[in-house]
Amino acid sequence: MYTYNDYIKEEKLPHIWCAGCGNGIVLNALLHALADMQIPPEEVVIVTGSGCLARLVTYPNTSTIKMLHGRVLAGATGIKLANPNLKVFCLMGDGDGATIGGNHLIHCARRNIDVTAIICNNFNYGMTGGQYSATTPYGAITTTSRYGLVEENFNMAELVKACGAPYVARCSATDVLNLRKYIIEATQKKGFGFIEVLSACVTHYGKNNKMGDAPNMMRQIDSMCVPAARAKNMTEEELAGKYITGKLVDRNDLIDFGTSYQRLREEVTAK
Amino acid sequence: MKAAITLHEKRCKGCGICAAFCPRRVYDIKPGEKVTVARPEDCIACRMCEFRCPDLALEVTKL
Ligand SMILES: Cc1ncc(C[n+]2csc(CCOP(=O)(O)OP(=O)(O)O)c2C)c(N)n1
Ligand code: SF4
Ligand code: SF4
Repeated sequence: MYTYNDYIKEEKLPHIWCAGCGNGIVLNALLHALADMQIPPEEVVIVTGSGCLARLVTYPNTSTIKMLHGRVLAGATGIKLANPNLKVFCLMGDGDGATIGGNHLIHCARRNIDVTAIICNNFNYGMTGGQYSATTPYGAITTTSRYGLVEENFNMAELVKACGAPYVARCSATDVLNLRKYIIEATQKKGFGFIEVLSACVTHYGKNNKMGDAPNMMRQIDSMCVPAARAKNMTEEELAGKYITGKLVDRNDLIDFGTSYQRLREEVTAK
Repeated sequence: MKAAITLHEKRCKGCGICAAFCPRRVYDIKPGEKVTVARPEDCIACRMCEFRCPDLALEVTKL
């Protein structure tokens, strides 16, 4: 029987993130989900890239590896295919996962690689000083959009859904019980499991957009969320600037890459 | 008492999330300071502060 404490290196705390940063909430949810699933720590690989969130590798008592910035899913694909018995968790910032790594995101979803991918969307590049990313909303103030951003952002959950992922969910970082549930479901799904967590970079995005202290910022993020069931009855105008949350895709009709490849190999070698 | 609350003070950065979101107002916090467990007897052991604390500084055990 594993407990939460088996998955964390307590001696490494306090962690390096700013007061109120949502990254810690995601780390906490992941560790709780691992304990819930009772996955032996030695069978877990946590993969990150570059950025504040990527520093997460310091804290879990599991295998961890940091890839080049944006190459989290590429590395994770290799790990999973080399040893399909491992449970591979890809933790990315929105810069890492959707901007510099956007190409890997769409193809990993399309190829249906059996990993769990979590993007902690704090709407900017936190580590390098709050520049805009591909998920920064139109009009937002960032270090590189002082008068407001003139680009539209990706709707990541919809993007990954369109690429054919069998599991997609989205929630805010304060929605902790659902977050933990989604991590478990995404892990148990044979195929690409994707979760977008709407999170707070208090130090840059929050300050730049005058969102107040950590609790205030979290509340504002919560107020941007609309549960999928409620969104169904809302107009496009009403949904402008909102994020539809909940379990958005849950399919069992797709075969993951690893399984298809193994089948083909068996067929070819049997000849 | 319905719950025992452990606050790892070294880890707390005083963000105020636990205090703001606690449904029973168990915590007090002053700007720039760490949180204090002011009213532990009011805790209903929902554990939401434990899961929401970004610094893994809280543990709530149901009694
Ligand atoms: C190839 C490469 N380009 C640029 C950088 C600089 N860099 C480091 S972290 C980062 C952005 C990280 O932002 P995000 O992934 O959103 O994570 P956050 O810091 O917000 O958690 C960038 C651009 C780098 N390390 N490597
Ligand atoms: S800079 Fe932003 S993302 Fe980085 S640790 Fe601080 S609050 Fe978190
Ligand atoms: S949520 Fe955690 S870090 Fe923030 S004030 Fe409460 S105990 Fe401290």
